[in-house]
Amino acid sequence: MSLDAKTVRRVATLSRLRVEEADIPRLQAELNGILGWIEQLQSVDTTGIEPLAGGGDTVLPLRLDAVTDGDQAEAVLANAPDRAGAFFAVPKVVE
Amino acid sequence: MEPVHFTLAGALAAMQEGAISSVELTEAHLRAIDRLNPSLNAYITVTADRALDAARAADAQRARGEAGPLTGAPIAIKDLFCTAGVKTTAGSRILADFIPPYESTVTSQLLRDGAVFLGKVNLDEFAMGSSNASSAFGGVVNPWSRPGAPLVPGGSSGGSAAAVAARLALAATATDTGGSIRQPAAFCGIAGIKPTYGRCSRFGIIAYASSLDQAGPVARTVEDCAILLRSMAGHDPRDSTSADRAVPDFAAACHASVKGLRIGVPAEYALEGEVQALWDQGIAWLRDAGATIVPISLPHTKYALPTYYIVAPAEASSNLARYDGVRYGLRVPGEDLTDLYERTRAAGFGAEVKRRIMIGTYVLSAGYYDAYYVKAQQVRALIRRDFTNAWGVCDAILTPSTPTAAFAEGAANDDPVAMYLNDVFTVTANLAGLPAMSVPAGLNGQGLPLGLQVIGRPFEEESVFTVAAAIERAAGFTTLPGMMA
Amino acid sequence: MTYILEGTTGPWELVIGLEVHAQVSSEAKLFSGAATAFGAEPNTQVSFIDAGFPGMLPVINGECVAQAIRTGAGLNAQINLWSRFDRKNYFYADLPQGYQISQFAFPIVGKGELEIELADGTRKNIGITRLHLEQDAGKSLHDQHATKSYIDLNRSGVALMEIVSEPDLRSPEEAGAYLTKLRQILRYLGTCDGNMEQGSLRADVNVSVRRAGEEFRTRCEVKNVNSIRYVMQAVEAEARRQIEVWEGGGEVRQETRLFDTARGVTRSMRSKEDAHDYRYFPDPDLPPLVLDEAWVERLRAGLPELPDARRARYVQDFGLSPYDAHVLVLEKETAAFYEAVAKGRDPKQAANWVTGDFFAALNRLGLPIAQSPVSADNLGALLDLIADKTLSGKLAKEVLEAMFETGDAPAAIVEARGLRQVTDTGAIEAAVDAVLAANADKIAQYKAGKVTLFGFFVGQTMKAMQGKGNPALVNDVLKQRLD
Ligand SMILES: [Mg+2]
Ligand SMILES: [Zn+2]
Repeated sequence: MSLDAKTVRRVATLSRLRVEEADIPRLQAELNGILGWIEQLQSVDTTGIEPLAGGGDTVLPLRLDAVTDGDQAEAVLANAPDRAGAFFAVPKVVE
Repeated sequence: MEPVHFTLAGALAAMQEGAISSVELTEAHLRAIDRLNPSLNAYITVTADRALDAARAADAQRARGEAGPLTGAPIAIKDLFCTAGVKTTAGSRILADFIPPYESTVTSQLLRDGAVFLGKVNLDEFAMGSSNASSAFGGVVNPWSRPGAPLVPGGSSGGSAAAVAARLALAATATDTGGSIRQPAAFCGIAGIKPTYGRCSRFGIIAYASSLDQAGPVARTVEDCAILLRSMAGHDPRDSTSADRAVPDFAAACHASVKGLRIGVPAEYALEGEVQALWDQGIAWLRDAGATIVPISLPHTKYALPTYYIVAPAEASSNLARYDGVRYGLRVPGEDLTDLYERTRAAGFGAEVKRRIMIGTYVLSAGYYDAYYVKAQQVRALIRRDFTNAWGVCDAILTPSTPTAAFAEGAANDDPVAMYLNDVFTVTANLAGLPAMSVPAGLNGQGLPLGLQVIGRPFEEESVFTVAAAIERAAGFTTLPGMMA
Repeated sequence: MTYILEGTTGPWELVIGLEVHAQVSSEAKLFSGAATAFGAEPNTQVSFIDAGFPGMLPVINGECVAQAIRTGAGLNAQINLWSRFDRKNYFYADLPQGYQISQFAFPIVGKGELEIELADGTRKNIGITRLHLEQDAGKSLHDQHATKSYIDLNRSGVALMEIVSEPDLRSPEEAGAYLTKLRQILRYLGTCDGNMEQGSLRADVNVSVRRAGEEFRTRCEVKNVNSIRYVMQAVEAEARRQIEVWEGGGEVRQETRLFDTARGVTRSMRSKEDAHDYRYFPDPDLPPLVLDEAWVERLRAGLPELPDARRARYVQDFGLSPYDAHVLVLEKETAAFYEAVAKGRDPKQAANWVTGDFFAALNRLGLPIAQSPVSADNLGALLDLIADKTLSGKLAKEVLEAMFETGDAPAAIVEARGLRQVTDTGAIEAAVDAVLAANADKIAQYKAGKVTLFGFFVGQTMKAMQGKGNPALVNDVLKQRLD
């Protein structure tokens, strides 16, 4: 499986990374280099092997239903690049 | 002796005896940082005033007879741990001015136990790298060098390892996703342990790849690592993957004998030259100390790196989606929200981070998920099964830490895959969630340090410390780096 | 009978499936300890977890899990003892983490079903495909500023149950009945308050049309419809649009649409136009959710009686008419009120009073039952006064009116206003005699056969007694005197 330029653009869009047209060939080569190397996994026989997702063997611990957090709007907003009063502000979104 | 040459254990004992104060120790380290950091670039942020305040408080606390396990010990914090009120960058432009309003669990436990934080140390951007070259704040210089060629300290915890090796901190926190504690520790001639996944809370540590990330210490001795890890570890209800297990006295394990321990040596790592020679030496040391050496097989280990380069980028592509210029961090204005996102992230992330985000996005995308991501998870299961089988015949595993000693800046940076190969011995422990430690064991022909790696069973860090301490004693590694306070 | 929309080229059937997002009733959010209460000041119910800050990690609220289990059990659905949280990745201004934590591959609840009843009495089982837990997003306000959208993260991280139906619904009425029934069950279970105005219950409506006997055609999803009436309207509007597209020789494109309530039409959602690729994968921050079977069984055993069972009990045990039973179980609060009134009393009489004068008065005042000035205890006490003959039915109505005005107990009103029924035969005889004495001509007509005048004598007597005469005794005395 090797990425064409169109796929590189699509992946960049999905990743929300602006990529200049001039950089596409270099990126494409780099990504294909990595993916080509990864390709060796296809030779491993994994028939019937249950995928392992997590790092540990624990199960999900359950928390009590109690309000223990929040009420800190200033701290939540303090790092915001743009805010309007108690809201975060972004360029207008059209739904 | 200059105070910066104390081991952590030695400094704590000297403070307890009244031979030195925390203020004196801290000032000595701050002077060392002043002098050497401009050339090493190990620290991104030095918090001198906070450190001195903390040192004074520590001295007062000790005077009251209320000293904790780390009271007054000046250490460095990898700039991936969120520290309340202190800029935390993850080595990235996108977080260059981010001041967390909260403290990570690991650092808050260190503060609880009395540690003094000297500042935040450099790292590969978002912990993605093996040379520290991907930091937005510039690379770190390895205090060890070859004539005429500055060397990288390894990564991603390059700042942690360089600072500790150059005596700019008694010890440091670090994190390890594919080898980011053990490889820089080996490159800088110090010790470092990545504990079992779940041993240290990930709460407040900026995530790279959540199923692999683990915090751990780097220090100049195995025992110092043990002392620091005891404070860093422990169950945290704020991390759902944190293990609810008691934290043993790791330092005690450093003084136990390896007699009767079965040490596995995997057949699959066919090496030559100095690294193989050092490995053989390590095997001989352990045999001489009374351990039994058993051959083992880890047949899927050769697939560990490609597996890692699917799993880690996949998780990273999602973990790093939150850096969008809306609530914190860098924002580059755009025509609309999407344009803002794309410009912000293009400007805020460096090349390696962007590469991994794109690889991760690709392997999770429709049509490729099964071929890449699910396949990698299955191979991950096989890698873990290899270890489970090995534990039937051995108690710990010995391997080299890295395939080479530290390399020159720029040498491997052009080829991402060549750079990735640095982690060939370390990454399996992350995929299987196992504790693993690098201990300095010797020098290569150019006088650069090399490390050996000890891998243990899940939550059996104590055997790892026992074996690593035995190697440390046998190796008698006393060579010092060229650049040092 | 199949619901049909006539096009210009012939009849069309509708195929409808609903994805309902129900806000889980809980104090705190699904993965953080921030509050869930509605209507707080912007960004005051936000933890750093909800705002997607670096290094923050989710920890699940056990009560939200319990609520999902209760709901699954209430829908007679499979409870999966092993389930998992996945990340759904996409960028949006009110999605701080850049992903929604949801359950894609392994939901906590599997197949179940729900019975709906239509106006003509037809019943139909609607399949439930699955129920899963997920986080809500924050809220974007687009109308506060000329060039900016404002973001409030109070909702971010609030627990939702997404309940997905099979495409078993065939008409706007069925869609409405399904949502009504689902809402009713959720409210009985106490797992969702069902408040559609506050967004606690929203429906994504999947609609397609087809010719009789055909396979399914392409469907469109109308997002976030927030009332039952609008769901019914949106189904019809979207179906009509699709019929027009097909009949015009076009092809319906699978897409996400919005229902414009003002114009009664659906329109394409611009923000959802670019093809999505959500890149679901297991959330590495959350190990699998493994349920203890005994806990599931305890939750199941603790479920309240659901409306269907309750309605059947009212008919069978209380002898209520199916209609009264239906009306009384519609709202959980009504049923609870009714049962409090009926307890230890004649259940049929209690039902008559609750569904009759009591409902009429509430309707006049425009009040929900929770705000009724007349408590169930007081209404019950009123029935007791009828039973012990302190009040006639007519007087009781008067007392009830006074109870609505004052909120007082009926005994106090009876006392204060002297409304006690007169059962003293002597007093009644005196009143009757006086009426008869004044109406000799009417007596003659009565005796000549105009028996309908009996009512006139009753009325006159009651009037003379200011309505307080015991009607049965008045009748007896009159009969005795006249016959
Ligand atoms: Mg939907
Ligand atoms: Zn949903």
